Amino acid sequence: MNVFVILRRLKGLIYKETLQILRDPSSLLIAFFIPVMFLFLYGYGLSLDIKDIKLGIVMEDTAPRAQSLVRSFMNSKYYDVRIDHNKKVFEKQLIAGKIKGILVIPQDFSKKLQNKEDIAPIQLITDGSDPNTANLIQNYTRGVWQNWLIQESYNRPQNQPIGQINMISRVWFNSELKSANFIIPGIIAIVMALVGTLLTSLVLAREWERGTMEALMATPVTIVEIILGKIIPYFILGMISMALTVIAGILLFEVPFRGSVFWLLIMSSVFMFISLFLGLLISTVTKSQFVAFMTSLIVAFLPTFILSGFLFEISSMPEIIQLISVLIPARYFVLGIQTLFLAGNVPEVFIPDTLKMIAFGIIVFLITAKVTVKRLD
Amino acid sequence: MFNRIITLIIKELLTVWRDKKSRMILIVPPILQLIVYSYAATLEIKNVSIGIINEDTGIISRHIEDRFYGSNTFSKIYQLQHKDAKNFIDTQKGLLIIHFAQDFSKKILNNEPGNIQVILDGRKSNSAQIVMGYVSEILNQYNLDYMNQNNLPKQQSSIIITRNWFNPNLEFKWFMVPALMATISLIMGMVITGLSIARERELGTFDQLLVSPIHPFEILIGKTLPGLIIGLAEATILFLIIIFILKIPFTGSIFLLYLSLCIFLLSVLGVGLFISSLAKTQQQAFLGAFIFMPPAILLSGFATPIENMPSWLQPITLIDPLRYFMFILRGLFLKDMPADIVMTNLLPLLTISIVTLTGSVLFFRRRLE
Amino acid sequence: MTKPLVKINNLSKRFPKSNGFALNNINLEICTGAITGLVGPDGAGKSTLIRMIASLLLPTSGNVTVNEFDSAKEAHKIQSIISYMPQKFGLYEDLTVIENLNLYADLKNITGNEKESQFKRLLKFTDLERFTSRLAGDLSGGMKQKLGLACCLIKTPQLLLLDEPSVGVDPISRRELWTMVKELVNDEMGVIWGTAYLDEAEKCDDVLLLNEGNLLFQGKPDKLYERVKNRTFQIQNIEGSNRKVLTTALTNSKVIDGIIQGRSVRIVTREESVFPSTQEIDSGLDSRIVKVAPRFEDAFIDILGGGPGGISLLSEEMLNIPEYKEDIINVNCLTKAFGDFIAANNICFSVKQGEIFGLLGPNGAGKSTVFKMMCGLLKPTNGTADIAGYDLRTAPGEARSKLGYMAQKFSLYDNLNVQQNLNFFAGIYGLSGRKKHKKIEQMIKIFDLKQYLETSAGDLPLGFKQRLALSCAVMHNPPVLFLDEPTSGVDPITRREFWVHINGLVQKGVTVVITTHFMDEAEYCDRMGLIYQGNLIAIGSSDELKNSVRSEILPDPTLEDAFIELIKAENLQRQALK
Repeated sequence: MNVFVILRRLKGLIYKETLQILRDPSSLLIAFFIPVMFLFLYGYGLSLDIKDIKLGIVMEDTAPRAQSLVRSFMNSKYYDVRIDHNKKVFEKQLIAGKIKGILVIPQDFSKKLQNKEDIAPIQLITDGSDPNTANLIQNYTRGVWQNWLIQESYNRPQNQPIGQINMISRVWFNSELKSANFIIPGIIAIVMALVGTLLTSLVLAREWERGTMEALMATPVTIVEIILGKIIPYFILGMISMALTVIAGILLFEVPFRGSVFWLLIMSSVFMFISLFLGLLISTVTKSQFVAFMTSLIVAFLPTFILSGFLFEISSMPEIIQLISVLIPARYFVLGIQTLFLAGNVPEVFIPDTLKMIAFGIIVFLITAKVTVKRLD
Repeated sequence: MFNRIITLIIKELLTVWRDKKSRMILIVPPILQLIVYSYAATLEIKNVSIGIINEDTGIISRHIEDRFYGSNTFSKIYQLQHKDAKNFIDTQKGLLIIHFAQDFSKKILNNEPGNIQVILDGRKSNSAQIVMGYVSEILNQYNLDYMNQNNLPKQQSSIIITRNWFNPNLEFKWFMVPALMATISLIMGMVITGLSIARERELGTFDQLLVSPIHPFEILIGKTLPGLIIGLAEATILFLIIIFILKIPFTGSIFLLYLSLCIFLLSVLGVGLFISSLAKTQQQAFLGAFIFMPPAILLSGFATPIENMPSWLQPITLIDPLRYFMFILRGLFLKDMPADIVMTNLLPLLTISIVTLTGSVLFFRRRLE
Repeated sequence: MTKPLVKINNLSKRFPKSNGFALNNINLEICTGAITGLVGPDGAGKSTLIRMIASLLLPTSGNVTVNEFDSAKEAHKIQSIISYMPQKFGLYEDLTVIENLNLYADLKNITGNEKESQFKRLLKFTDLERFTSRLAGDLSGGMKQKLGLACCLIKTPQLLLLDEPSVGVDPISRRELWTMVKELVNDEMGVIWGTAYLDEAEKCDDVLLLNEGNLLFQGKPDKLYERVKNRTFQIQNIEGSNRKVLTTALTNSKVIDGIIQGRSVRIVTREESVFPSTQEIDSGLDSRIVKVAPRFEDAFIDILGGGPGGISLLSEEMLNIPEYKEDIINVNCLTKAFGDFIAANNICFSVKQGEIFGLLGPNGAGKSTVFKMMCGLLKPTNGTADIAGYDLRTAPGEARSKLGYMAQKFSLYDNLNVQQNLNFFAGIYGLSGRKKHKKIEQMIKIFDLKQYLETSAGDLPLGFKQRLALSCAVMHNPPVLFLDEPTSGVDPITRREFWVHINGLVQKGVTVVITTHFMDEAEYCDRMGLIYQGNLIAIGSSDELKNSVRSEILPDPTLEDAFIELIKAENLQRQALK
């Protein structure tokens, strides 16, 4: 077979596809609108950063020491404090979700605090119906309270700290503990999975529906040429869409990008190929735009969202689900891209992850090539 | 009129039930999603691996280590060298590293404050913070015990007693499952109605209905009621699975549950019919539903609380029907939410359903022009 | 010298999950130098056979060779020497004419001067030179069809496969395409032309007649006519109702098939030259029976064992419709604009009770728009349409229950079974209790639906789908019946049966409005309106329309001739106005 003939056919197919992309609003919509929409929605809407937690403080004790404790809470940036003397009011508000926790300072608090033999308890009631917030409230409350204790003891120099174990924590990669810093790279992965899969699955299904695939198949074009003629233009489009998302993420959400563009290109190219092939596979099997759309959502979107570990900790899931997550290529990409953004170049992460993705890609390609026979039945 | 509406309802239910595909779509994915995601979508931290770098040769650090080994929070504890630390965190073998300096035990035994350094992986800042909470609890406890044993002057003059109401063990599943039930009801409601009119339009049966003596209003009722029936049946199945298989407590009133469910479904059907009456093809209807659903789910406080969102975004959530229903469901499941609070949240939901249902009637009639 | 090109031996095809054979033990040979018509109703297996020749489908058993290449093993070689135009032409609608051509030139490796000269030749040939930069999606059906053909001819193939190239295309374009393909055929090239139009088959050099996967006939059309030689007659100059004459004729044992042709009735007899007398069929004293040339459809029906007879149980059970003195349908100056586009322009006509009125016109001409405005599905921009005095747009339910409606492609609920569909349609027309039960029983009896009661409507054989659709439309005894392309693509026997019922209903006083693009179906209409580019350009009975174009060149025009001449005249007139 003459190479020039193949190249000419390929050129013809790619040129045609490019024209179609430029004229068809739906692929441009998928490539540019969906990423921006997702970035906005998830970047702003999905936040684990708690600020201004509404905390009700029941001041049964009004002595100066108790007031000083309450002041520490009021000064904390985490809390939006409201004060009452009656616990009942807050209990109702807790049920209504108007406050997230109640802190009770008992009547005898300052008295017990004075007395060397006694321990003065304070009570924290959290809204357990939101366990994550409840957990964080516990942590923050303990933090405020410990600072207050230290401050108090400095005020009383006779009570030098002796043999105290202090915990000093350092957060690597994300010292201000901003959840957007890890959510945004995760969204980029989700967006790429979705865009890549949707692009190819919809366009190929469209060719089936409009009967052009049939016309194409009856020409001397080979199946590999058809696949390449689809993959190459959409790869370029997908990568432009990825770049757009990355830049928007960095600019809008001020997420640091500490790694190199080189690794970003390597990993996202591999991942983009997987998504595109997955889309091809879906549309070859379904042959209708509607079913392809549904399947892409079910195959590409939900598992990437839930099982890639970008938000939910994989190691906390039951073992059987952890096993399933091994089969989600986004899992490797999410780790890679989060590392790339926050930690910088870590080849120890990138190389094995990229290799796993390549292996995955080869499998999807082989299945696609096997399924896409140049026949209609 | 009554007779005709009954005919329409029977037809609608039969079309859904006789089609193997739609029967499958109604039964399998919801149950599967409920079960898989209730386990998978968790912000809970279990089976954490941590690393310990112990350069101290003394006894105190060994005792503290024993406490860590004794706790069942940590599934694996790696003993690391200083040089391994970077790689350990980078490759996410563990979420955090505890570091004892060389002179740690010596300092404590000399009654000087000793520092323990904790390094966290900021790529998972939320999980890391929660694990840090566990670590600090263990250290605090050790502190107290150590002082009691050695009759040291009491440092700790106060303690915090924590009670987690509604969910004492802070099980994440309890948080997620009501949300999943609400979300799945939303998706199913949209799929049933969002597509049904468009499908009939494509099949041509819609014209058959329009030339018959049926009033357009009757057609809409004939589309809404079956959706309500299917939605209620679906929610009942999910509810039973939640109670008997996932074993989440339900503390509220069943009556309020079904009342809210009906109003919520009406609002969802309203949105679905609205999209359906605007769309010309199934494809457009589906795209419309797709543009509506992810924001609706996300802005409902499904995974993260609405309070965490930027303040300009929070008012937008007020038009999201799912927001109210999710709140009510979580309240009814866990908090035994009283009727007055349920009602204040049902009111906006009712408003939304009235607006969307009227809107779809209007658009529906316009489309016939 | 023609030579054999395609050889098919014992070919069968069965699709997974279907119980019957799509193609059953086919043996045939196709030569160069001829247009081979592949004829049959929808679902006969035409597309399957064409796709198997293009080696897009693998045989379940048997084999196909094209130019000695085996379709299962040498697909690539076959595809290098054939060109295939699938249904809907296989064009990229968002590419321009020249971009479509460029793509196929690249795919078929035509470059440089050869490409230039080919493009020039093909654009001239197809008369698309002026439209090279227009998007294929914006072309009319006829131009799309020509572009599809041009794409196939960029590299001259040895075998040209055309799958229903004339569906959705107006009669003028159909004729032009035919002439073009006819010009192309030579000793080096063969053409297979798939079609559901039996009149198209008559013009082919060779014919393959398929029905339900079986090859009923292969050979020259003349050979097929042999079967019905001296058996086709026309009863002319009928006194009184031609429908009654047809019904009587069909009950006569000498007659196996009959249809209405304008005022006349055409029959096929059981034996050569043995036809009933005018007394036997009660056609009046002045009437005469004349021998006419056989047609393709006559032979087809004969092979299938004759038509369905003339008695309609439906009309026997149906109540007489009370007489309505005035015109039952009045269409006054209907206009519909979609933005700038005028889909229907000032259409006026009226229909009397008991008439069959046909709306004719090429696809996209506006006949469905008019039809939809008449039955109240579309709001006119201007003008009114009323049925028995009611404007259906504003009419109450009772008024709308006066009409029956059967949509294109039998719009039934596919996944409801027959019983449930009947229940549903009875229900929405307000029947209930005993009345409903009785009516449904009656319908089941009339249309012989008993054996299929539990079958989903989607799985019914085409003929039964049609019966069910008709039964759902007439269950409430409507005085007016609207039928949208009721028999497109169905086999002739089913179509006959359908018309037997319609004829019966009309004799009871039912008024029928029908859209169609089948000319022989139009012959059944008492009167018809021809719609072209949104305008009603002619109205009258079939004979009137034919007479209006009769000339020296066309001494005996068919309805299709009339149709084409009227459109041509209209085009000329418009050009003159410009």
